Amino acid sequence: MTRTDILPLAVRTVSAWTATLLIVFPLLWLVLTAFKTELQAIQVPPQLFFTPTLENFGEVQQRSDYLLFAKNSLITSLGSTILGLLIAAPAAYSMAFFRTRRTRDVLMWMLSTKMMPAVGALVPIYVLAQTSGMLDTLTGLTIVFTMSNLPIMVWMLYSSFKDIPPEILEASRMDGATIWGEFRHVILPLGMGGLASTSLLCLVLSWNEAFWSLNLSSAKAGTLAALIASYSSPEGLFWAKLSAASLMAIAPIVVFGWFSQKQLVQGLTFGAVK
Amino acid sequence: MLLAPAVGTLFLWMIVPLVMTLYFSVVRYNLMQPGPTEFIGLANFHYFVTDPDFGPSVINTLLLLGSVIAITVLLGTGLALLVNEPFPGRGIVRVLLISPFFVMPTANALLWKHMMMNPIYGVLAQVSQFFGLAPIDWLTDHPLLSVIVIVSWQWLPFACLIFMTSLQSLDREQMEAARMDGANALQRFWFLTMPHLGRPVAVVIMIEMIFLMSVFAEIFTTTGGGPGNASTNVAFLIFKQALMNFDVGVASAGALFAVVLANIAAVFLIRLIGKNLDK
Repeated sequence: MTRTDILPLAVRTVSAWTATLLIVFPLLWLVLTAFKTELQAIQVPPQLFFTPTLENFGEVQQRSDYLLFAKNSLITSLGSTILGLLIAAPAAYSMAFFRTRRTRDVLMWMLSTKMMPAVGALVPIYVLAQTSGMLDTLTGLTIVFTMSNLPIMVWMLYSSFKDIPPEILEASRMDGATIWGEFRHVILPLGMGGLASTSLLCLVLSWNEAFWSLNLSSAKAGTLAALIASYSSPEGLFWAKLSAASLMAIAPIVVFGWFSQKQLVQGLTFGAVK
Repeated sequence: MLLAPAVGTLFLWMIVPLVMTLYFSVVRYNLMQPGPTEFIGLANFHYFVTDPDFGPSVINTLLLLGSVIAITVLLGTGLALLVNEPFPGRGIVRVLLISPFFVMPTANALLWKHMMMNPIYGVLAQVSQFFGLAPIDWLTDHPLLSVIVIVSWQWLPFACLIFMTSLQSLDREQMEAARMDGANALQRFWFLTMPHLGRPVAVVIMIEMIFLMSVFAEIFTTTGGGPGNASTNVAFLIFKQALMNFDVGVASAGALFAVVLANIAAVFLIRLIGKNLDK
């Protein structure tokens, strides 16, 4: 029992659990519905106890090829994360350790590109993708995802590299380390936390990205976000299947998020909140 | 030299679409009307701005942004304070609380549209019937409010997560000292907790603005901007012009408008973080 208590423990426990259960209720409901038959899913009043069935999952795979979309999501997320790191890390490195008067302006400018609404670039990107044959391809989507995450990645890496004491670099340079050696033996080990949280965030953002995948992809390169959107037709006769598809689409990243929440906070707030 | 790839690609990513948008916005370019594109000056801008959907879409954008930020910051602070001190199951509660943030927008929107807000079978309808009230057809009668609820549900965990993290670094000894000096709970909250939360609140507002300025998927999958224009925001209006009316010219004019709108917000925000950066 801490001494800063305002409310008695029992009251706090009950209210915290109530609030939490209210907030996660839609998710729990989704999980429950995914294991019902279509008839059970729309029964009034709703059933809480029933014999769970797995048929929805099989049917989602059969009817809309879940695995293809999952593969697309995986490839574009991983691809854009790796590509983004390759571009962002050197930039963050040079800005963190070789500061000039313009460094701040460059950082601000990068962030400002992220503030441009994606829809502002929709038409040109769509036309470019169409003329270059990148429409509905994994390459096209990966590039677009990379670009839209790049500013955030540079920022996050910059703020984590900045915390590495420059004296260490100084020393390694005295010992004759090349830029590459310095990067490998000093930055990489010391900046591991920053690199990890940047990658995590980029993975989550790309996996959940919906604007570009809805507009630039369809049958071939569609990601899971686009697959779920295709279930939006108005009839209420396939909730169980919708739930099963959603569950399969969100489960990997939600579980992933649970394990990496600490790094994500650090990353998302550019290290401003500790 | 190491900076070149990042700056170069970002520059291209920004400037090429911008130039193309500028060009498209002053020509007649409709994918459904083949023929040479011709220069028509500012007619596209005029068309976009005088579109009866334009005014409401700007208002909807701002309403959506403002409401979601207000809801997430207020409720997020409350929740974070509630789970700040240890209690049985706190670890599980934390993990559960942040889950909605990782749900992709399309799945989130459909979950609410069907399972929660459906006027016949939805959970909300059943709850109101249980209390003897008429079920509400959320998406038809309160489309913008529905979108606000859906988006807030996604971002509340985010705000909460950041506040929780920040509260952990609140100086406990200072708290204790204040208590010893006779400060009551309200005073402690007002003079110690609130100032401590200032920075995380600024960060949350900034990040939410970046992501919520152009909410799209949630509207696309639930209301489709309707009924009428009741839940159309600027982003969705531009999308409608470009990919449903195939009018590239008008959509481009709209896009430039959105860029200007975003930049107004950006100037204000960049000042804010610019200060933080120097610390």
